[in-house]
Amino acid sequence: MSKVVPDAKTACADVKDNMTLVLGGFGLCGIPENSIVALRELGVKGLTCVSNNAGVDDWGLGLLLQGKQIKKMISSYVGENALFEKMYLSGELEVEFCPQGTLAERMRAGGAGIPAFFTPTGVGTKVAEGKEVRNFDGRDYVMERGIVGDFAFVKAWKGDEFGNLVYRKTARNFNPPAATAGKITIAEVEELVPTGSLDPDQIHTPGVYVQRIFQGKNYQKRIEQRTVRK
Amino acid sequence: MPLTREQIAQRISREVKPGFCVNLGIGIPSLVANYVPDSMNVMFQSENGLLGMGAFPTEAEVDADLVNAGKQTVTTVKGASFFSSSDSFGMIRGGHVNLTILGAMEVDEQGNIANWMIPGKMIKGMGGAMDLVAGARKVIVAMQHADKEGNSKLRTKCTLPLTGLKCIHQIVSDFGVVDITPEGFVLREFAPDLSPEKVLAATEGRMKVAPDCRPMTF
Repeated sequence: MSKVVPDAKTACADVKDNMTLVLGGFGLCGIPENSIVALRELGVKGLTCVSNNAGVDDWGLGLLLQGKQIKKMISSYVGENALFEKMYLSGELEVEFCPQGTLAERMRAGGAGIPAFFTPTGVGTKVAEGKEVRNFDGRDYVMERGIVGDFAFVKAWKGDEFGNLVYRKTARNFNPPAATAGKITIAEVEELVPTGSLDPDQIHTPGVYVQRIFQGKNYQKRIEQRTVRK
Repeated sequence: MPLTREQIAQRISREVKPGFCVNLGIGIPSLVANYVPDSMNVMFQSENGLLGMGAFPTEAEVDADLVNAGKQTVTTVKGASFFSSSDSFGMIRGGHVNLTILGAMEVDEQGNIANWMIPGKMIKGMGGAMDLVAGARKVIVAMQHADKEGNSKLRTKCTLPLTGLKCIHQIVSDFGVVDITPEGFVLREFAPDLSPEKVLAATEGRMKVAPDCRPMTF
């Protein structure tokens, strides 16, 4: 049974309404562009999306917001998306703000079989409200839950037919923990290579975590702040 | 004259020690890197998964896969490494980052900080700030001493939703350098042409003047 599928549309065909999706990417860097477009075209609604950011108004998860397909976001920062802020403040969109490190660790823990963990992050703030707080060695820690989505979507630089993935530079970000945190993980890669051509020492995500992989196309790789020096 | 943004950044840069691992927030904190000479062998950590952040790229060097936590394009320095977000925050939470510098809306005399939301108005999210203030070994805030109406942002008690509890060690504002101690704010240095009295008058929270308090020099 090959994990390789022809495109995002095929990969995403069985995503259903009201599912929880975990996505890699930081801002617009390393986002699973093809899968997000496929989800938009599929028209699934009522989604809970676990992703550090919400894209911008017209790209990334912003596409799903525009399509009114997202019921709830679990994110750490949505400042780049004006539509998001507007929909949240008006009550159209449910948001669970989760500190970035906690979000990464929730994905990592979920994929690693750790149902809950304690972190100092957010103790004494809104984030800790309603959660168990425990003291270890004189310091308070708040309990957070691991997350596993119905699907996880990741973007890598290279991947092989077994699903081994290699990421590039800061496009790595949330993709490794996200890849472990889906019942079904769909990986899109810039270059699909034959199994055996990747150096085992250089693999960032072992293929066991990936159920479907496809060669992506037409990556925009948008840059949010193109800051240069002379 | 109160300090400019550049001067605040420059003064904060003096707190960076050789060999430090430093995380810089967006805004004024990001300017601190410009004042740290390469010879100090400081590694700038970007929480999106890079240790060894360098200057902005030239046009030719721009790489969409290489951005900092503010989503700006950057470069890397010799000895840089890339890693995942979970590893990045392990580095931060585990106390491996010597110093973090970030902005604030309010800091109070107990060292509580609020910098992530204004209820009903602004809610962009906390990003990595809560992890950074909970995990970094030293936390310095770069901020304006007062808001546009002249109200002190150095409070007796924060009124906005908190980012972290009792976690701020030092503030560098446009009025001066303030340590946070068990006794509250302690003014260590003041902006040239201001005076300790003026800074005290502009500060809501409990503030003492250090015995060796002196004007800042640039």
